[in-house]
Amino acid sequence: MLEVKNLVIRFHDRIGGEAVHGVSFNMEAGERLGIVGESGAGKTLTALAITRLLKSETTEIDGEINFMGKDILHTSDKEMRDIRGKDIGFIFQDPVASLNPLMKVGPQIEEPLLLHTELSKQERQKRVLQAINDVDLPDPDVTIRKYPHQLSGGQCQRVMIASALICHPALLIADEPTTALDVTVQTQIIKLLKRKNEQENVGILYISHDLSLVRRLCTRVIVMYHGDIVESGDVEQVFTQPREAYTQRLIAAIPTRSKRYV
Amino acid sequence: MKKRNYNLIFGIIITAFVVVLLLIGIFWTPYNPDTMNVKLRLTGPSAEHLLGCDNFGRDIFSRVLKGGVSTLWISVATVLFGLVCGIIVGAFTGYYGGVLDEVVMRLNDVLNSFPSILLSLVFVSLLGPGKKNVVIALGLLFIPSFARITRSEFSRIKSLDYVKCAKLEGVPPLRIMFVHILPNAVNTLLSTTAIGFNNAVLAEASLSFLGIGVQPPDPSLGRMLAESQTYLFSAPWYTLSAGGMIILLILGFGLLSDGLGDIE
Repeated sequence: MLEVKNLVIRFHDRIGGEAVHGVSFNMEAGERLGIVGESGAGKTLTALAITRLLKSETTEIDGEINFMGKDILHTSDKEMRDIRGKDIGFIFQDPVASLNPLMKVGPQIEEPLLLHTELSKQERQKRVLQAINDVDLPDPDVTIRKYPHQLSGGQCQRVMIASALICHPALLIADEPTTALDVTVQTQIIKLLKRKNEQENVGILYISHDLSLVRRLCTRVIVMYHGDIVESGDVEQVFTQPREAYTQRLIAAIPTRSKRYV
Repeated sequence: MKKRNYNLIFGIIITAFVVVLLLIGIFWTPYNPDTMNVKLRLTGPSAEHLLGCDNFGRDIFSRVLKGGVSTLWISVATVLFGLVCGIIVGAFTGYYGGVLDEVVMRLNDVLNSFPSILLSLVFVSLLGPGKKNVVIALGLLFIPSFARITRSEFSRIKSLDYVKCAKLEGVPPLRIMFVHILPNAVNTLLSTTAIGFNNAVLAEASLSFLGIGVQPPDPSLGRMLAESQTYLFSAPWYTLSAGGMIILLILGFGLLSDGLGDIE
Protein backbone atom coordinates (compact mmCIF):
# COMPACT_ATOMS: atom_id res chain seq x y z
CA MET A 1 0.00 0.00 0.00
CA LEU A 2 2.73 2.45 1.00
CA GLU A 3 6.17 2.25 -0.47
CA VAL A 4 8.92 4.70 0.45
CA LYS A 5 12.12 4.43 -1.58
CA ASN A 6 15.34 6.29 -0.90
CA LEU A 7 13.64 9.23 0.74
CA VAL A 8 16.04 12.14 1.19
CA ILE A 9 14.97 15.37 2.88
CA ARG A 10 17.21 18.43 2.67
CA PHE A 11 16.70 21.90 4.07
CA HIS A 12 17.43 25.00 2.06
CA ASP A 13 16.96 27.54 4.79
CA ARG A 14 19.69 29.51 6.54
CA ILE A 15 21.08 26.54 8.45
CA GLY A 16 20.63 23.96 5.73
CA GLY A 17 21.69 20.34 5.85
CA GLU A 18 20.25 16.92 5.22
CA ALA A 19 17.82 15.57 7.81
CA VAL A 20 16.81 12.24 6.28
CA HIS A 21 19.35 10.34 4.20
CA GLY A 22 17.81 7.73 1.97
CA VAL A 23 15.10 6.00 3.97
CA SER A 24 13.24 3.05 2.41
CA PHE A 25 10.40 0.99 3.83
CA ASN A 26 7.15 -0.69 2.85
CA MET A 27 3.79 -0.93 4.52
CA GLU A 28 1.08 -3.46 3.78
CA ALA A 29 -2.62 -2.63 3.95
CA GLY A 30 -3.91 -2.93 7.49
CA GLU A 31 -0.44 -3.20 8.97
CA ARG A 32 0.59 -1.58 12.24
CA LEU A 33 4.07 -0.17 11.73
CA GLY A 34 6.00 1.72 14.36
CA ILE A 35 8.80 4.20 13.80
CA VAL A 36 10.92 4.78 16.88
CA GLY A 37 13.97 6.89 17.54
CA GLU A 38 15.11 9.85 19.58
CA SER A 39 14.14 13.47 18.94
CA GLY A 40 15.62 14.72 15.69
CA ALA A 41 15.91 11.26 14.17
CA GLY A 42 13.71 12.27 11.25
CA LYS A 43 10.57 10.35 12.21
CA THR A 44 8.12 13.22 11.91
CA LEU A 45 9.80 14.59 8.78
CA THR A 46 9.35 11.22 7.10
CA ALA A 47 5.67 11.19 8.02
CA LEU A 48 5.11 14.76 6.86
CA ALA A 49 6.83 13.92 3.57
CA ILE A 50 4.22 11.21 2.99
CA THR A 51 1.48 13.83 3.23
CA ARG A 52 3.69 16.35 1.42
CA LEU A 53 3.12 19.00 4.01
CA LEU A 54 6.73 20.21 4.17
CA LYS A 55 7.28 23.74 2.92
CA SER A 56 8.44 23.47 -0.68
CA GLU A 57 10.42 26.72 -0.52
CA THR A 58 12.74 25.53 2.23
CA THR A 59 12.82 21.75 1.85
CA GLU A 60 13.79 19.48 -0.96
CA ILE A 61 12.46 15.94 -1.07
CA ASP A 62 14.14 13.30 -3.20
CA GLY A 63 13.26 9.70 -3.74
CA GLU A 64 9.95 8.02 -4.35
CA ILE A 65 6.78 7.64 -2.32
CA ASN A 66 4.06 5.43 -3.73
CA PHE A 67 0.73 5.35 -1.95
CA MET A 68 -2.04 3.16 -3.37
CA GLY A 69 -0.52 3.37 -6.84
CA LYS A 70 -0.05 7.15 -6.74
CA ASP A 71 3.31 8.86 -7.00
CA ILE A 72 2.89 11.19 -4.01
CA LEU A 73 5.82 13.46 -4.77
CA HIS A 74 4.55 14.24 -8.26
CA THR A 75 0.82 14.73 -7.84
CA SER A 76 -0.86 18.12 -8.11
CA ASP A 77 -1.76 20.12 -5.01
CA LYS A 78 -5.44 19.54 -5.63
CA GLU A 79 -5.04 15.76 -5.89
CA MET A 80 -2.97 15.89 -2.75
CA ARG A 81 -5.80 17.67 -0.89
CA ASP A 82 -8.10 14.87 -1.98
CA ILE A 83 -5.72 12.28 -0.58
CA ARG A 84 -5.27 14.08 2.73
CA GLY A 85 -8.18 13.46 5.03
CA LYS A 86 -9.76 10.93 2.66
CA ASP A 87 -7.06 8.30 2.16
CA ILE A 88 -4.59 9.39 4.80
CA GLY A 89 -5.66 10.43 8.27
CA PHE A 90 -3.30 12.21 10.63
CA ILE A 91 -3.28 12.67 14.38
CA PHE A 92 -0.87 14.86 16.27
CA GLN A 93 0.98 14.99 19.51
CA ASP A 94 -1.08 17.70 21.20
CA PRO A 95 -4.78 16.91 20.76
CA VAL A 96 -6.01 20.07 22.48
CA ALA A 97 -4.01 22.32 20.18
CA SER A 98 -5.06 20.26 17.16
CA LEU A 99 -8.68 21.31 17.46
CA ASN A 100 -9.93 24.71 16.40
CA PRO A 101 -10.88 26.36 19.73
CA LEU A 102 -13.83 28.24 18.23
CA MET A 103 -15.42 25.35 16.37
CA LYS A 104 -17.72 22.84 18.00
CA VAL A 105 -16.63 19.23 18.05
CA GLY A 106 -19.35 18.04 15.67
CA PRO A 107 -18.45 20.27 12.72
CA GLN A 108 -14.76 19.47 13.20
CA ILE A 109 -15.36 15.75 12.92
CA GLU A 110 -17.69 16.38 10.03
CA GLU A 111 -15.30 18.52 8.02
CA PRO A 112 -13.51 15.72 6.10
CA LEU A 113 -16.92 14.33 5.08
CA LEU A 114 -18.00 17.76 3.90
CA LEU A 115 -14.88 18.11 1.79
CA HIS A 116 -14.41 14.60 0.44
CA THR A 117 -17.88 13.09 0.09
CA GLU A 118 -21.21 14.00 -1.46
CA LEU A 119 -23.26 12.89 1.51
CA SER A 120 -26.35 14.85 2.53
CA LYS A 121 -26.49 16.76 5.78
CA GLN A 122 -28.50 14.07 7.57
CA GLU A 123 -26.16 11.29 6.42
CA ARG A 124 -23.13 13.26 7.54
CA GLN A 125 -24.75 13.91 10.90
CA LYS A 126 -25.44 10.19 11.28
CA ARG A 127 -21.86 9.30 10.44
CA VAL A 128 -20.54 11.88 12.95
CA LEU A 129 -22.69 10.49 15.76
CA GLN A 130 -21.61 6.97 14.83
CA ALA A 131 -17.95 8.03 14.79
CA ILE A 132 -18.21 9.64 18.23
CA ASN A 133 -19.80 6.50 19.53
CA ASP A 134 -17.05 4.37 17.94
CA VAL A 135 -14.28 6.17 19.78
CA ASP A 136 -16.03 5.63 23.12
CA LEU A 137 -16.98 9.22 23.80
CA PRO A 138 -20.03 9.57 26.03
CA ASP A 139 -23.37 11.03 24.85
CA PRO A 140 -22.73 11.74 21.15
CA ASP A 141 -25.71 14.12 21.01
CA VAL A 142 -24.22 16.27 23.75
CA THR A 143 -20.60 15.91 22.70
CA ILE A 144 -21.09 17.27 19.18
CA ARG A 145 -22.27 20.54 20.66
CA LYS A 146 -19.26 20.95 22.96
CA TYR A 147 -16.21 23.12 22.37
CA PRO A 148 -12.72 21.60 22.63
CA HIS A 149 -11.99 23.41 25.91
CA GLN A 150 -14.88 21.56 27.51
CA LEU A 151 -13.19 18.21 26.85
CA SER A 152 -10.18 16.59 28.49
CA GLY A 153 -6.96 15.87 26.61
CA GLY A 154 -7.84 12.23 26.15
CA GLN A 155 -11.30 13.11 24.88
CA CYS A 156 -9.81 15.60 22.43
CA GLN A 157 -7.53 12.89 21.08
CA ARG A 158 -10.58 10.65 20.63
CA VAL A 159 -12.25 13.46 18.68
CA MET A 160 -9.13 13.72 16.51
CA ILE A 161 -9.18 9.99 15.88
CA ALA A 162 -12.88 10.12 15.00
CA SER A 163 -12.22 12.95 12.57
CA ALA A 164 -9.15 11.30 11.04
CA LEU A 165 -10.96 8.01 10.48
CA ILE A 166 -14.37 9.29 9.41
CA CYS A 167 -13.66 8.91 5.69
CA HIS A 168 -12.30 5.37 6.26
CA PRO A 169 -8.74 6.13 5.13
CA ALA A 170 -6.32 3.38 4.19
CA LEU A 171 -3.58 4.87 6.34
CA LEU A 172 -3.56 6.63 9.67
CA ILE A 173 -0.36 8.43 10.59
CA ALA A 174 -0.14 8.93 14.33
CA ASP A 175 2.67 11.29 15.33
CA GLU A 176 3.28 10.67 19.05
CA PRO A 177 -0.45 10.73 19.73
CA THR A 178 -0.12 9.85 23.41
CA THR A 179 2.86 11.94 24.47
CA ALA A 180 0.70 14.70 25.95
CA LEU A 181 -1.62 12.29 27.77
CA ASP A 182 -1.26 10.54 31.09
CA VAL A 183 -0.44 6.87 31.35
CA THR A 184 -3.91 5.42 31.83
CA VAL A 185 -5.31 7.44 28.95
CA GLN A 186 -2.34 6.34 26.82
CA THR A 187 -3.37 2.74 27.29
CA GLN A 188 -6.96 3.50 26.32
CA ILE A 189 -5.90 5.34 23.17
CA ILE A 190 -3.57 2.50 22.17
CA LYS A 191 -6.38 -0.01 22.66
CA LEU A 192 -8.72 2.18 20.62
CA LEU A 193 -6.22 2.43 17.76
CA LYS A 194 -5.68 -1.33 17.81
CA ARG A 195 -9.42 -1.97 17.72
CA LYS A 196 -9.93 0.47 14.86
CA ASN A 197 -7.13 -1.22 12.96
CA GLU A 198 -8.71 -4.61 13.38
CA GLN A 199 -12.27 -3.46 12.62
CA GLU A 200 -11.63 -1.21 9.67
CA ASN A 201 -8.34 -2.56 8.38
CA VAL A 202 -6.78 0.90 8.47
CA GLY A 203 -2.99 0.80 8.32
CA ILE A 204 -1.39 2.61 11.24
CA LEU A 205 1.97 4.31 11.01
CA TYR A 206 2.80 4.96 14.63
CA ILE A 207 5.59 7.39 15.40
CA SER A 208 6.87 7.43 18.93
CA HIS A 209 9.85 7.50 21.22
CA ASP A 210 7.94 5.38 23.72
CA LEU A 211 9.18 1.90 22.95
CA SER A 212 6.87 0.06 25.31
CA LEU A 213 3.78 1.55 23.62
CA VAL A 214 5.13 0.62 20.19
CA ARG A 215 5.68 -2.89 21.40
CA ARG A 216 2.08 -3.13 22.55
CA LEU A 217 0.54 -1.68 19.41
CA CYS A 218 2.69 -2.51 16.42
CA THR A 219 3.53 -5.68 14.56
CA ARG A 220 6.59 -4.34 12.84
CA VAL A 221 9.01 -1.59 13.86
CA ILE A 222 11.59 0.66 12.25
CA VAL A 223 14.35 2.17 14.35
CA MET A 224 15.64 5.51 13.09
CA TYR A 225 18.78 7.30 14.17
CA HIS A 226 20.09 10.59 12.74
CA GLY A 227 18.06 10.29 9.55
CA ASP A 228 18.84 6.66 8.80
CA ILE A 229 17.01 3.42 9.43
CA VAL A 230 19.35 1.40 11.63
CA GLU A 231 17.15 -1.60 12.18
CA SER A 232 13.74 -2.91 11.22
CA GLY A 233 11.76 -6.06 11.59
CA ASP A 234 9.15 -7.89 13.59
CA VAL A 235 8.42 -6.06 16.83
CA GLU A 236 9.09 -8.99 19.19
CA GLN A 237 12.28 -9.86 17.40
CA VAL A 238 13.65 -6.34 17.52
CA PHE A 239 12.79 -6.01 21.17
CA THR A 240 14.09 -9.37 22.32
CA GLN A 241 17.06 -9.77 20.00
CA PRO A 242 18.18 -6.33 18.87
CA ARG A 243 21.04 -6.57 16.42
CA GLU A 244 22.28 -3.01 16.41
CA ALA A 245 24.08 -1.41 19.32
CA TYR A 246 21.85 1.67 19.10
CA THR A 247 18.68 -0.39 19.41
CA GLN A 248 20.15 -2.21 22.38
CA ARG A 249 20.89 1.09 24.09
CA LEU A 250 17.38 2.35 23.35
CA ILE A 251 15.78 -0.74 24.82
CA ALA A 252 18.05 -0.60 27.85
CA ALA A 253 16.74 2.92 28.45
CA ILE A 254 13.12 1.81 28.91
CA PRO A 255 12.26 2.48 32.55
CA THR A 256 11.00 -0.61 34.37
CA ARG A 257 9.48 -1.17 37.76
CA SER A 258 12.79 -2.30 39.23
CA LYS A 259 14.64 0.74 37.93
CA ARG A 260 13.03 3.65 39.70
CA TYR A 261 14.28 7.15 38.99
CA VAL A 262 13.37 8.99 42.14
CA MET B 1 -10.60 38.84 42.85
CA LYS B 2 -11.28 39.52 39.22
CA LYS B 3 -10.84 43.15 38.31
CA ARG B 4 -13.90 44.66 36.73
CA ASN B 5 -13.45 45.86 33.21
CA TYR B 6 -14.44 49.50 33.81
CA ASN B 7 -13.21 50.56 30.36
CA LEU B 8 -15.65 48.17 28.77
CA ILE B 9 -18.53 49.07 31.09
CA PHE B 10 -18.22 52.84 30.60
CA GLY B 11 -17.43 52.36 26.92
CA ILE B 12 -20.65 50.44 26.42
CA ILE B 13 -22.69 52.92 28.48
CA ILE B 14 -21.39 56.00 26.62
CA THR B 15 -21.57 54.39 23.20
CA ALA B 16 -25.05 53.05 23.85
CA PHE B 17 -26.21 56.48 25.07
CA VAL B 18 -24.83 58.24 22.00
CA VAL B 19 -26.03 55.63 19.54
CA VAL B 20 -29.56 55.61 20.99
CA LEU B 21 -29.62 59.40 20.88
CA LEU B 22 -28.49 59.38 17.27
CA LEU B 23 -30.90 56.60 16.31
CA ILE B 24 -33.69 58.81 17.62
CA GLY B 25 -32.13 61.64 15.63
CA ILE B 26 -32.58 59.71 12.40
CA PHE B 27 -36.35 59.71 12.75
CA TRP B 28 -37.15 62.65 14.96
CA THR B 29 -35.58 65.92 15.97
CA PRO B 30 -37.27 68.54 18.18
CA TYR B 31 -37.15 71.10 15.36
CA ASN B 32 -36.31 70.99 11.70
CA PRO B 33 -32.53 71.39 11.77
CA ASP B 34 -32.58 73.63 8.71
CA THR B 35 -35.35 76.06 9.72
CA MET B 36 -33.91 79.50 10.36
CA ASN B 37 -35.41 82.03 12.73
CA VAL B 38 -33.70 85.40 12.95
CA LYS B 39 -35.44 86.30 16.20
CA LEU B 40 -33.75 83.40 17.96
CA ARG B 41 -30.28 84.18 16.61
CA LEU B 42 -27.58 83.02 19.08
CA THR B 43 -29.99 82.64 22.00
CA GLY B 44 -28.65 80.55 24.89
CA PRO B 45 -29.95 77.19 26.11
CA SER B 46 -33.54 77.29 27.29
CA ALA B 47 -36.44 74.94 27.93
CA GLU B 48 -37.61 75.25 24.30
CA HIS B 49 -34.15 75.00 22.78
CA LEU B 50 -32.08 72.66 24.97
CA LEU B 51 -28.71 73.69 23.57
CA GLY B 52 -29.68 77.13 22.32
CA CYS B 53 -29.65 78.40 18.74
CA ASP B 54 -26.91 79.14 16.21
CA ASN B 55 -26.09 82.24 14.17
CA PHE B 56 -29.09 81.60 11.86
CA GLY B 57 -31.45 80.85 14.72
CA ARG B 58 -31.48 77.10 14.03
CA ASP B 59 -31.97 74.71 16.94
CA ILE B 60 -28.51 73.44 17.89
CA PHE B 61 -29.74 70.25 19.57
CA SER B 62 -31.51 69.18 16.38
CA ARG B 63 -28.45 70.04 14.33
CA VAL B 64 -26.11 68.15 16.68
CA LEU B 65 -28.35 65.09 16.33
CA LYS B 66 -28.48 65.29 12.55
CA GLY B 67 -24.78 66.08 12.32
CA GLY B 68 -23.94 63.21 14.66
CA VAL B 69 -26.00 60.86 12.52
CA SER B 70 -24.17 61.78 9.35
CA THR B 71 -20.81 61.52 11.14
CA LEU B 72 -21.80 58.08 12.44
CA TRP B 73 -22.92 56.87 9.00
CA ILE B 74 -19.73 58.04 7.40
CA SER B 75 -17.62 56.41 10.13
CA VAL B 76 -19.48 53.10 9.91
CA ALA B 77 -19.23 52.99 6.12
CA THR B 78 -15.57 54.01 6.22
CA VAL B 79 -14.64 51.40 8.81
CA LEU B 80 -16.58 48.65 7.03
CA PHE B 81 -14.93 49.51 3.73
CA GLY B 82 -11.46 49.57 5.30
CA LEU B 83 -12.12 46.48 7.39
CA VAL B 84 -13.36 44.26 4.56
CA CYS B 85 -10.58 45.29 2.18
CA GLY B 86 -8.00 45.14 4.98
CA ILE B 87 -9.06 41.64 6.02
CA ILE B 88 -8.82 40.36 2.46
CA VAL B 89 -5.39 41.92 1.90
CA GLY B 90 -4.14 40.84 5.34
CA ALA B 91 -5.49 37.31 4.98
CA PHE B 92 -3.71 36.60 1.72
CA THR B 93 -0.43 38.24 2.66
CA GLY B 94 -0.39 36.67 6.10
CA TYR B 95 -1.34 33.20 4.94
CA TYR B 96 0.86 32.94 1.87
CA GLY B 97 3.73 35.18 2.92
CA GLY B 98 6.68 35.33 0.54
CA VAL B 99 7.11 37.87 -2.24
CA LEU B 100 3.43 38.91 -2.35
CA ASP B 101 3.59 39.70 1.36
CA GLU B 102 6.76 41.79 0.99
CA VAL B 103 5.45 43.84 -1.93
CA VAL B 104 1.99 44.53 -0.49
CA MET B 105 3.29 45.36 2.95
CA ARG B 106 5.87 47.81 1.58
CA LEU B 107 3.04 49.50 -0.36
CA ASN B 108 1.24 49.62 2.96
CA ASP B 109 4.24 51.33 4.53
CA VAL B 110 4.29 53.92 1.76
CA LEU B 111 0.59 54.67 2.27
CA ASN B 112 1.15 54.85 6.02
CA SER B 113 4.07 57.23 5.82
CA PHE B 114 1.95 60.11 4.48
CA PRO B 115 -0.01 62.18 6.99
CA SER B 116 -3.54 60.83 6.65
CA ILE B 117 -5.26 64.22 6.56
CA LEU B 118 -3.02 65.26 3.67
CA LEU B 119 -3.79 62.09 1.74
CA SER B 120 -7.51 62.38 2.29
CA LEU B 121 -7.33 66.02 1.13
CA VAL B 122 -5.67 64.79 -2.05
CA PHE B 123 -8.28 62.07 -2.56
CA VAL B 124 -11.24 64.35 -1.91
CA SER B 125 -9.88 67.07 -4.17
CA LEU B 126 -9.51 64.46 -6.90
CA LEU B 127 -12.95 62.91 -6.36
CA GLY B 128 -14.78 66.08 -5.35
CA PRO B 129 -16.43 66.70 -1.96
CA GLY B 130 -19.52 64.89 -0.69
CA LYS B 131 -20.37 62.08 1.69
CA LYS B 132 -19.71 59.21 -0.71
CA ASN B 133 -16.28 60.46 -1.70
CA VAL B 134 -15.31 61.09 1.90
CA VAL B 135 -16.13 57.46 2.64
CA ILE B 136 -14.03 56.22 -0.27
CA ALA B 137 -11.10 58.49 0.57
CA LEU B 138 -11.07 57.64 4.27
CA GLY B 139 -11.80 53.95 3.63
CA LEU B 140 -8.75 53.65 1.40
CA LEU B 141 -6.64 55.25 4.12
CA PHE B 142 -7.95 52.76 6.66
CA ILE B 143 -6.99 49.65 4.69
CA PRO B 144 -3.31 49.56 5.77
CA SER B 145 -3.97 49.50 9.51
CA PHE B 146 -6.55 46.72 9.25
CA ALA B 147 -4.43 44.79 6.76
CA ARG B 148 -1.43 44.95 9.07
CA ILE B 149 -3.32 43.64 12.10
CA THR B 150 -5.03 40.90 10.09
CA ARG B 151 -1.74 39.88 8.53
CA SER B 152 0.04 39.52 11.85
CA GLU B 153 -2.83 37.48 13.30
CA PHE B 154 -2.96 35.24 10.25
CA SER B 155 0.74 34.59 10.17
CA ARG B 156 0.65 33.74 13.88
CA ILE B 157 -2.38 31.45 13.67
CA LYS B 158 -1.41 29.69 10.44
CA SER B 159 1.44 27.88 12.19
CA LEU B 160 -0.76 26.58 15.02
CA ASP B 161 -1.53 22.87 15.20
CA TYR B 162 -5.21 23.07 14.37
CA VAL B 163 -4.47 24.82 11.09
CA LYS B 164 -1.92 22.13 10.23
CA CYS B 165 -4.54 19.57 11.10
CA ALA B 166 -7.02 21.25 8.82
CA LYS B 167 -4.45 21.10 6.03
CA LEU B 168 -3.93 17.43 6.76
CA GLU B 169 -7.66 16.90 6.40
CA GLY B 170 -7.41 18.33 2.92
CA VAL B 171 -9.17 21.63 3.66
CA PRO B 172 -8.62 24.04 0.74
CA PRO B 173 -6.75 27.32 1.47
CA LEU B 174 -9.71 29.70 1.22
CA ARG B 175 -11.71 27.65 3.70
CA ILE B 176 -8.73 27.49 6.05
CA MET B 177 -8.35 31.26 5.88
CA PHE B 178 -11.95 32.28 6.43
CA VAL B 179 -13.42 29.37 8.41
CA HIS B 180 -10.50 28.30 10.57
CA ILE B 181 -8.26 31.35 10.96
CA LEU B 182 -10.51 34.41 10.72
CA PRO B 183 -12.85 33.55 13.64
CA ASN B 184 -9.80 33.11 15.83
CA ALA B 185 -8.54 36.56 14.88
CA VAL B 186 -11.85 38.30 15.63
CA ASN B 187 -10.87 39.22 19.17
CA THR B 188 -7.96 41.37 18.02
CA LEU B 189 -9.88 42.72 15.04
CA LEU B 190 -12.77 43.84 17.26
CA SER B 191 -10.71 46.21 19.35
CA THR B 192 -8.97 47.47 16.22
CA THR B 193 -12.35 48.14 14.68
CA ALA B 194 -13.44 50.18 17.68
CA ILE B 195 -10.25 52.25 17.43
CA GLY B 196 -10.99 52.55 13.72
CA PHE B 197 -14.38 54.14 14.48
CA ASN B 198 -12.60 56.56 16.69
CA ASN B 199 -10.23 57.62 13.97
CA ALA B 200 -13.01 57.73 11.41
CA VAL B 201 -15.12 60.09 13.55
CA LEU B 202 -12.11 62.37 14.03
CA ALA B 203 -11.12 62.24 10.37
CA GLU B 204 -14.64 62.99 9.16
CA ALA B 205 -14.95 65.88 11.60
CA SER B 206 -11.59 67.24 10.44
CA LEU B 207 -12.54 67.05 6.78
CA SER B 208 -15.86 68.77 7.43
CA PHE B 209 -14.09 71.36 9.57
CA LEU B 210 -11.88 72.13 6.59
CA GLY B 211 -14.98 72.37 4.44
CA ILE B 212 -14.40 69.40 2.17
CA GLY B 213 -16.58 66.84 3.93
CA VAL B 214 -20.33 67.08 4.31
CA GLN B 215 -21.62 70.05 2.31
CA PRO B 216 -24.04 72.66 3.64
CA PRO B 217 -26.93 72.90 4.30
CA ASP B 218 -26.55 69.34 5.70
CA PRO B 219 -25.48 69.67 9.33
CA SER B 220 -22.14 68.20 10.30
CA LEU B 221 -20.29 68.27 13.58
CA GLY B 222 -17.00 69.38 12.05
CA ARG B 223 -18.67 72.12 10.08
CA MET B 224 -20.55 73.36 13.13
CA LEU B 225 -17.26 73.60 15.00
CA ALA B 226 -15.77 75.66 12.21
CA GLU B 227 -18.78 78.01 12.06
CA SER B 228 -18.98 78.41 15.82
CA GLN B 229 -15.40 79.69 16.06
CA THR B 230 -16.54 83.22 15.34
CA TYR B 231 -19.00 83.12 18.25
CA LEU B 232 -16.71 81.34 20.69
CA PHE B 233 -17.15 84.04 23.35
CA SER B 234 -20.60 85.38 22.53
CA ALA B 235 -22.25 81.94 22.18
CA PRO B 236 -19.98 79.30 23.78
CA TRP B 237 -22.84 76.74 23.90
CA TYR B 238 -22.61 76.43 20.11
CA THR B 239 -18.99 75.24 20.17
CA LEU B 240 -19.49 73.18 23.31
CA SER B 241 -22.48 71.29 21.88
CA ALA B 242 -20.78 70.30 18.65
CA GLY B 243 -17.48 69.55 20.38
CA GLY B 244 -19.25 67.68 23.16
CA MET B 245 -20.90 65.34 20.70
CA ILE B 246 -17.56 64.56 19.06
CA ILE B 247 -15.98 63.99 22.46
CA LEU B 248 -18.79 61.61 23.51
CA LEU B 249 -18.48 59.60 20.30
CA ILE B 250 -14.73 59.30 20.56
CA LEU B 251 -14.64 58.67 24.28
CA GLY B 252 -17.23 55.90 23.94
CA PHE B 253 -15.45 54.11 21.11
CA GLY B 254 -12.05 54.62 22.72
CA LEU B 255 -13.11 53.08 26.04
CA LEU B 256 -14.89 50.31 24.17
CA SER B 257 -11.73 49.51 22.24
CA ASP B 258 -9.59 49.46 25.40
CA GLY B 259 -12.17 47.33 27.16
CA LEU B 260 -12.41 44.85 24.30
CA GLY B 261 -8.63 44.62 24.22
CA ASP B 262 -8.60 43.68 27.91
CA ILE B 263 -10.99 40.75 27.50
CA GLU B 264 -9.08 37.51 27.96
